[in-house]
Amino acid sequence: MTELYPVQLTVNGMAYARTIEPRLLLSDFLRHELGLTGTHVGCEHGSCGACTVLMDGQAVRSCILFAVQADGHEITTVEGLAANSARLHPLQEAFRAAHGLQCGYCTPGFLMTLIPFLEENPTPSEAEIRDALSGNICRCTGYQNIVDAVLKVEIGD
Amino acid sequence: MKPAPFAYFAPRSLDEALALLQEHGYEAKLLAGGQSLIPAMNFRLAQPAALIDINRIDALSFLEPASDGGLRIGAMTRQRTVERSALVAERAPLLHATMPFIAHMQIRNRGTLGGNLAHADPASELPAVMVALGARFRLQSQRGARWVNAADFYVGLFATTLEADEMLVEIAVPPLPPRTGWSIQEIARRRGDYAIVGVAATATLNADGRCHAARLVYLSVGEGPIQAHDAVAALHGQAPTAAVIAAAMRGASQRIEPLGDIHATPAYRRQLIEVLGRRALTEAFARVQPT
Ligand SMILES: Cc1cc2nc3c(=O)[nH]c(=O)nc-3n(C[C@H](O)[C@H](O)[C@H](O)COP(=O)(O)OP(=O)(O)OC[C@H]3O[C@@H](n4cnc5c(N)ncnc54)[C@H](O)[C@@H]3O)c2cc1C
Ligand code: FES
Ligand code: FES
Repeated sequence: MTELYPVQLTVNGMAYARTIEPRLLLSDFLRHELGLTGTHVGCEHGSCGACTVLMDGQAVRSCILFAVQADGHEITTVEGLAANSARLHPLQEAFRAAHGLQCGYCTPGFLMTLIPFLEENPTPSEAEIRDALSGNICRCTGYQNIVDAVLKVEIGD
Repeated sequence: MKPAPFAYFAPRSLDEALALLQEHGYEAKLLAGGQSLIPAMNFRLAQPAALIDINRIDALSFLEPASDGGLRIGAMTRQRTVERSALVAERAPLLHATMPFIAHMQIRNRGTLGGNLAHADPASELPAVMVALGARFRLQSQRGARWVNAADFYVGLFATTLEADEMLVEIAVPPLPPRTGWSIQEIARRRGDYAIVGVAATATLNADGRCHAARLVYLSVGEGPIQAHDAVAALHGQAPTAAVIAAAMRGASQRIEPLGDIHATPAYRRQLIEVLGRRALTEAFARVQPT
């Protein structure tokens, strides 16, 4: 029997404590332990970006990070974006308006990649957007409408 | 696609980590950014019995000016920190220019300088850049510490001179000598992908505008960083005109033996060796500031 490790972390502002195997990936921890299935898993080796979440405000791939490593850290997932179920985050709204998703499998990863990017650079050029999104794969949209969504988004508040 | 079980250690000090490394040796792996190791564990290409997670050792994460005008960088410094450092941009512009070529922002947020260099992936930009810059690595174990030149550190495919009980703890990047220019060139299918071929160059002119010294170091064309010694020898003492550079590269590209894979044939790689080498040398010489 493998040894279990206690972890305490914050996810979308809520504190959680669990006892887990060290080999548990953060992506599986979020999905299976916490039931936060908004974080998607595409490749499980760091290539597709679908599993992107924020760790202490920075975009990271949760499939190549062990959950034990998030002990004491703050995680934000796509579930943490919208203030409530009636009102989407402006970036989600922009994706909806620009038709920046089709099947939606890649979308949480794109959103979580873009949140810190837009915080630092609220009015990026198209080239900067494409560069920022180079680590996220979408099999449906051809990326054009995703780029359009980012060009049009207005993050106020 | 799930890693095999392992024992997990998260030491807070270097001493503790070195003691664990001494105890577990080849059975254990250091976990730095995990951006190469965890994918390999997910595929079960790597199944270490123990992981020594060095992310909580604050003393390994620093980026400071060195007294010789260069830089001292702790092994656990994140790639993203290096990328954004104004000090790196000023003192090691080649290193600064290289960072965006490495993977994607999400990966550079976690990946470390030391992890990348110790991993010794022949397709990685940083080992070639460190050889081009003449950097030195500090390796430490419970037995003591030693400094190794980047050029001597790489000894084969994913192979370095690190012993089982040793850790890369610091990277010393010297300042560029006077009248020295630099360049990094690569061809990849997609921004952030591993390069099909890449090359880092540094070039120094003497007071008469002739080539005094140069380094031309390739990635993705062999078992590690590959230096084009012949091209550099052909340039020595010459004014670096387009014709001189072209002739030097024509000869040199014939002496490197790249392999073929799903990304490129050997012939295509050889073509890139010549073209990118020419571009890198041309740009490096053009960047030399007269003193
Ligand atoms: C999709 C993807 C694309 C990528 N593209 C590129 C690219 O284009 N160019 C590129 O260069 N890299 C690329 N990488 C790799 C990335 O740069 C890694 O971060 C890096 O190679 C390893 O650094 P790490 O800190 O993540 O190390 P880890 O993955 O934690 O460790 C790698 C290896 O080094 C050992 N190690 C780590 N630290 C030390 C130390 N201090 N002393 C001794 N041994 C140590 C570990 O035990 C392990 O064997 C890519 C990765 C991914 C997932
Ligand atoms: S699932 Fe994590 S990058 Fe693809
Ligand atoms: S919308 Fe289907 S993968 Fe992007």
